[in-house]
Amino acid sequence: MIRIENVKKSYTSDVQIGPLNIQIPKAGLTSLIGPNGAGKSTALLMIGRLLDLDEGQISVANLDIATSKSRDLAKILTILRQENHFVTRLTVRQLAGFGRFPYSKGRLTQQDEEIVSKYIDFLDLTALEHRYLDELSGGQRQRAYVAMVLCQETEYVLLDEPLNNLDVARSVQMMEHLKYAAAEFGRTILTVLHDINFAAKYSDRICAMKNGQIAAYGTVAEIMQPEILTDIFETKIEIIQGPYGPIAVY
Amino acid sequence: MAKNAAPQTAGFESFQTRHLSNKLWTWPFVAALIAVLALGAISLFTGVYDIQGQADGREMFFTTRVPRTASLMLTGAAMAMAGLVMQLVTQNRLVEPTTTGTIEWSGLGLLFVYLLFPAPSLLLRMTGAILFSFIGTMLFFLLLRRVRLRSSLIVPIIGMMLGAVISAVSTFIGLLFQMTQNIESWYIGSFSNVQMGRYEYLWLIVLVTVLVFICADRLTLAGLGQDVATSLGMNYNRIIFVGTALISLAVGIVAAVIGNLPFLGLIVPNIVSMFRGDDLRSNLPWVCLLGMGTIMACDILSRVLIMPFEIPVSLILGTVGSVVFILILLKQRRSPQTPR
Repeated sequence: MIRIENVKKSYTSDVQIGPLNIQIPKAGLTSLIGPNGAGKSTALLMIGRLLDLDEGQISVANLDIATSKSRDLAKILTILRQENHFVTRLTVRQLAGFGRFPYSKGRLTQQDEEIVSKYIDFLDLTALEHRYLDELSGGQRQRAYVAMVLCQETEYVLLDEPLNNLDVARSVQMMEHLKYAAAEFGRTILTVLHDINFAAKYSDRICAMKNGQIAAYGTVAEIMQPEILTDIFETKIEIIQGPYGPIAVY
Repeated sequence: MAKNAAPQTAGFESFQTRHLSNKLWTWPFVAALIAVLALGAISLFTGVYDIQGQADGREMFFTTRVPRTASLMLTGAAMAMAGLVMQLVTQNRLVEPTTTGTIEWSGLGLLFVYLLFPAPSLLLRMTGAILFSFIGTMLFFLLLRRVRLRSSLIVPIIGMMLGAVISAVSTFIGLLFQMTQNIESWYIGSFSNVQMGRYEYLWLIVLVTVLVFICADRLTLAGLGQDVATSLGMNYNRIIFVGTALISLAVGIVAAVIGNLPFLGLIVPNIVSMFRGDDLRSNLPWVCLLGMGTIMACDILSRVLIMPFEIPVSLILGTVGSVVFILILLKQRRSPQTPR
């Protein structure tokens, strides 16, 4: 379980995130949605210990992220930010192999190699595994990073906008993979998404944020309500029932 | 997913070979090793003094030729390695000891030692050079934290500006205390003074290489950025600190014993990266080897071009290096991934 208690982060006196209070149960896919600047990424970065909190406490699987060793946290929690600019010339397989770093410190065992192969195959990167990252498209590179994160085999996986740079087909595929990883490997996946309908179709729970606060949190059916979404995005949003569940129309 | 089914099953059959892609002892590596050894042999037998004809030829061979070739190999490896580690730590391909001010700082360190101690020993000078290059490189990294786009050209520009300021300070101090000769001869790195008894500290570079090798995976990870490294449980700041210390050791030792050797750290790692990527552990032998080969080739040129005189090797390195620097810039401009 991810437990967030009274967490605050202030950038300036005007821009403040929190106090946030939320508990995200184990297993399943939870999406963070909300308008730009709502504090979704900030919240995610704080849970992933990439950003210090000003106040409050966050614990993941009963480990306080502020006091636990980063080394230990790396075995239960991983976070992937939006793509960074520098493209290291590593092959897909080398990158994915670094996902095993918390366990093997760089010297991959046979077992590590098998795990790496498993996730490379899982993300359809088999044919690309010996290609360098800078020779891939943005979407392929994104999948390579996700492969690395999955290779870490942590129970908790945090992803900041994993659908960036992906076309519709690749987005659907990515969400299918994540959904599958949550269901079959029992992972707890927390992801920031911009597209409400992607969140609705693939999430188990949705957490909506606005102005640095949690505006709504619940199951897809609970959050996909016209009043709630209209209020959060300050845009007229209607919900219609589509073949795969509720669809937001704006 | 269906269209990828074929490579998936094929992947299982070739499972044993899938991860063996980064072997060291390949034919190209053996060929490069032989080429470097050949260059070493040529270097040993290049010179004005006739070591085969003269009576004391054998003695001369061991007092000057062997030390010179050994120090060429050691410094070549050291500067190439320092460049590579710097490029990973800063996440910028255009960074190396001369484009970050590291070399200039070590020059300033040397100068301070000359100021504080009359006739300082080599060990003292080396300590000054190492200490100052460490401070300078750390300062540069601190400045870098304020730059948002790390892969941009701004990074080496900041570095070179910083270096220019430091070398101006050195020149000023030199003028003030009438030590300009010391500085000028230092800025033109050359191996012509190397002989037995004057170069032995360079062997410390072997130790530095071993340490870099031990930290190799962590340094490669640092190249993926602070976020990825932290998420994988690594102490990012510590590895940056260790990396900087190792760079400063290598650069400081070379600066005290030989002098300023520009661009070697830029050319070699970039060429290796083009062919073999950025995995430090499997590339380190290549980088060291190519570093040795490049500097030996340049040094042999510097000795034969105007025989019986010598051109300082740093001039040749500078000429070759700036051409490669421009080529890398042009290549980066063309690749679509590079942000502007």
